Amino acid sequence: MSDEKWTVTFIIHRQKGPDSQPHFDEFTIEIHPEEFVLDGVEYIWAYKDRSLVFRHACHHTTCGACGMRVNGVEKLACMTKIADVTQDGGKIKLEPLRNFPIVGDLVVDLGPLYRKMHEVHAPEVIPLCASPWEGEGIKPPQETPKREDGEEYIRLPDCIECGLCVSACPTAASDAEYLGPAVLAAIHIQGIDENPDLLALADSREGVWRCHSAYECSAVCPSNVDPAWRIMDLRKQIIARRLKFKK
Amino acid sequence: MLSREQQGLNWLLQWFDPRGRSIGGLAFILNRITALGLVLYLYLHLYYLRQLTMGPQVWNAFIDSAENSPWIGIGELFVIAGGLIHGLNGLRIALNSFNIAVPYQKQLFYGLFTLALIGIAFFAVHMFGA
Ligand code: HEM
Ligand code: SF4
Repeated sequence: MSDEKWTVTFIIHRQKGPDSQPHFDEFTIEIHPEEFVLDGVEYIWAYKDRSLVFRHACHHTTCGACGMRVNGVEKLACMTKIADVTQDGGKIKLEPLRNFPIVGDLVVDLGPLYRKMHEVHAPEVIPLCASPWEGEGIKPPQETPKREDGEEYIRLPDCIECGLCVSACPTAASDAEYLGPAVLAAIHIQGIDENPDLLALADSREGVWRCHSAYECSAVCPSNVDPAWRIMDLRKQIIARRLKFKK
Repeated sequence: MLSREQQGLNWLLQWFDPRGRSIGGLAFILNRITALGLVLYLYLHLYYLRQLTMGPQVWNAFIDSAENSPWIGIGELFVIAGGLIHGLNGLRIALNSFNIAVPYQKQLFYGLFTLALIGIAFFAVHMFGA
């Protein structure tokens, strides 16, 4: 890896609170192409402007706190490499996520998403057998190892509640009540057969039928949740129930 | 997750901003624009058809003027284009809604859109060719 740094101009959305007028500030810095967008933001905060408001915690894609729009596309800043979004002498435009209330600069209030996730009692851990399996759509693994005591292994769910999918979704943009991709995915992973209350939510006006199949959620999800596939699978399950006249 | 007041005009305009959209998002925009176009056409169609109730002279004069205007042909081609793009993409969305071929929604879009372009070219040649 060469030590050569690039000169990159960050164009950053600035807004002090929801009611003030937004504008863009430009910061030109030297940064290594293998570094990440979040490194650039932290550098700007440390050396250029201490009033820059942004959020992060883990730096390695598990906390979901640093979601923002990089050149118009929803990304986790911590895993977005400089070389992947600009060139030497180039620009990087940073904006906050859409469809959430602005707190300041690059930070939005993810509260509405957290509350909806809570409403559908999104699990903190899931059994290994419900984990996604990559391939054609997301399917649970065929065979999951069992613990010696016969109990299921458990793991963290994939969704890190970063809100990128909600920001990218054109339906969420026009309908504040729409449950949205992450919440519908959380319903799917728990299963509508086992949870009649979740079935009622998914099969409602603001549930799976509100989706307009733009597939932007799955395009931006950094964590292999594939919410669009899950929404379509919920539709299939609900249609199957209706055709069989299942209660 | 924003109320209308918090969104300003964005709720109305954001859906058709193509910047930063992936194929699925562009397909959605195209589907909605063609859908609105087809609805507009339906109303224009009914509006002009009302002349049928005004007797043969009125109708024949309208048909004569339509035949002599290049805009009618161009408009018809737009309707055909809109119908083909929207209808074929509609089949994709309908299939996907039964969870058929969702992982291949992009490839499906490319295939069906190409089919629509071939159809549009066919009609263009048929209508405007020598
Ligand atoms: C040719 C056969 C057609 C098929 C297979 C078809 C299929 C579809 C499908 C699947 C959708 C839902 C898309 C979504 O979820 O965003 C849709 C939406 C729509 N269609 Fe069609 N359609 C057809 C013809 C038409 C025609 C002739 C018109 C107008 C006269 C029309 C007007 C609309 C409108 C207004 C929408 C709502 C668009 C939106 O909300 O984005 N469609 N169509
Ligand atoms: S589904 Fe994906 S994009 Fe949406 S909140 Fe969960 S991890 Fe983020």
